[in-house]
Amino acid sequence: MQTSIAPVNMPAPVVGLLQAALVAELTVVGEGGRLRTDPMIPFWDGRHILMTSSILFSRKLQDIKANPRVSLSLSDPVGVPANPFSRATIQGDARVIDEDLHQGWLRVLPLWEAKEPIIKTLLAPLQRLGLPLFWERAIIEVTPKRVLWWPQGDTTREPEVADLRGAPV
Amino acid sequence: MKVADALPRLPNFSHAILVVRDDAGYPLSAATAFRVIDGGIELAPVKTGENVIRDAAGGALNPAGAGWRFVPRTARGWDEQDLSFPELCQRALPQARRYLVQLSAERGHEVRPQMALGWRFFLATRLPFLSATIVPVFLGLAAAGYDRRFSIGLALLTLLGGVAIHLGLNVANDIFDTLSGADEANFTPTQFSGGSRVLQYGLVSLRQMAIIASTCYAIAILIGLILVLATGPGLLWVGVAGVLISYFYTAPPLRLVHRGLGEVCVALGFGPIMTLGAYFVQTGHYALRPLVLSIPVGLLVMLILYANEIPDRGADAKAGKRTLVVRMPKDAVLLGYVASVAATYVVIILGVVLRILPWPTLLALLTAWLAYQTFEGLRAHYESPYQLMPFLGKNVKLHLYTGLLLVLGMLVATVSR
Repeated sequence: MQTSIAPVNMPAPVVGLLQAALVAELTVVGEGGRLRTDPMIPFWDGRHILMTSSILFSRKLQDIKANPRVSLSLSDPVGVPANPFSRATIQGDARVIDEDLHQGWLRVLPLWEAKEPIIKTLLAPLQRLGLPLFWERAIIEVTPKRVLWWPQGDTTREPEVADLRGAPV
Repeated sequence: MKVADALPRLPNFSHAILVVRDDAGYPLSAATAFRVIDGGIELAPVKTGENVIRDAAGGALNPAGAGWRFVPRTARGWDEQDLSFPELCQRALPQARRYLVQLSAERGHEVRPQMALGWRFFLATRLPFLSATIVPVFLGLAAAGYDRRFSIGLALLTLLGGVAIHLGLNVANDIFDTLSGADEANFTPTQFSGGSRVLQYGLVSLRQMAIIASTCYAIAILIGLILVLATGPGLLWVGVAGVLISYFYTAPPLRLVHRGLGEVCVALGFGPIMTLGAYFVQTGHYALRPLVLSIPVGLLVMLILYANEIPDRGADAKAGKRTLVVRMPKDAVLLGYVASVAATYVVIILGVVLRILPWPTLLALLTAWLAYQTFEGLRAHYESPYQLMPFLGKNVKLHLYTGLLLVLGMLVATVSR
């Protein structure tokens, strides 16, 4: 996706992970401060991490509206087929974009198709009829604030940390 | 999911994600190695820069330590082997509804899922199932043609009337299955069973469904009256029977399908009533030949319902919908299927042997292989709704192809007569 907005100073290896990732783990703060983690497919538009969630699995959307602080892990060597493999965690502030549940999320579709080409097949009208509410979706837009990066994926070693609110730490 | 069920599954995973809340209030998640020990879980310590990972009491955990142990209190998880993705989505419907209610409150107007009007009509009326009407009407018309009686105008009106009553039935069935709770309790609907789900998805309101059903029935009754005026009062009884069976199929107080009479009603409605009605409209009288022709398609359309009830049987039982499939064990259900298919082909053969049907109608026997494949599929996947789907599809084709081959046989016989 082309974007005219100024890029965030996200470390290049982490951008590589985001662009390769088919699965990331999104953690939100739920009711009573309880943390909830769900697998999501992340997309990077140069400034934000974007994800889409069906209204069927929308508890995370309600949680984000109540508390926008989230964390996203890129951890799975299978789900993140980057070479060389590394691991990262991105903390940030999330926003739910749900003005148009039916069409709004389609702006993410080019990024989604690039990672999962089969998605286009599943969007054929007759296919969508099978599970119509799965395709009523919101966008989760995460503005990264802090990035932890473990170069070899070994989290028992200290990570490299970048604070995106200011200069790299 | 119980903790005791979850722990044995953990060694299948390559790593864990440790999630904590950091001092700034952000969640902090990081991958780590783990192992299950004595009913607990031991994590390899994670280093997270300046972030301090604390235990439940607020004490800092030492990232240079040997391992962090904890005893799990709760577990949640999803394995597609245990719960298919379509069923997971059906079970998540209440969450989708909650979200839409919250969104509606935020915006001050009702937010509903969207779908183009044409697709909503397609879904709500279950249009693809119209083959169940088209086949018996064509058979009645073919039988009339064999007797050298055919009016294209009356044929089109008959077809339109049949379609209207069928669509009315489908929509009324959804309304009453929703009101009775049968569709709501069904978490394993397929494209062949469990209703259209438009009410459960919030795509169409109950009021809109009632309007569609009423309109379809009104059109069907109006066309029926025109046809009675055009052909004679003899059609009235067939027409009245058709409308009553259609409406009271799921509607109270009769709820025929709840009493194990759904199969018989469907067999009568989409067999003799449609075929004899279409024949009567063309000829002004009833006859044995269209009656015999209607029996195989009546039996096979009954089997569409019968097989479709297999994945629905749990939800049907909960809603008090005591279909034949709910009432009988698996072996008896399968035996019933085989007996009905056998009866279908025996009627065709006897019809030809007794010279009621012309010999080209034996073409319909070509579908026996499809019947065998369908039976094998039902037997193998009786407990698996989504693996049953291809065979429920074959079952629909069995009715369609057998009916169309009977029509073809009648046309060949008419031309060569």
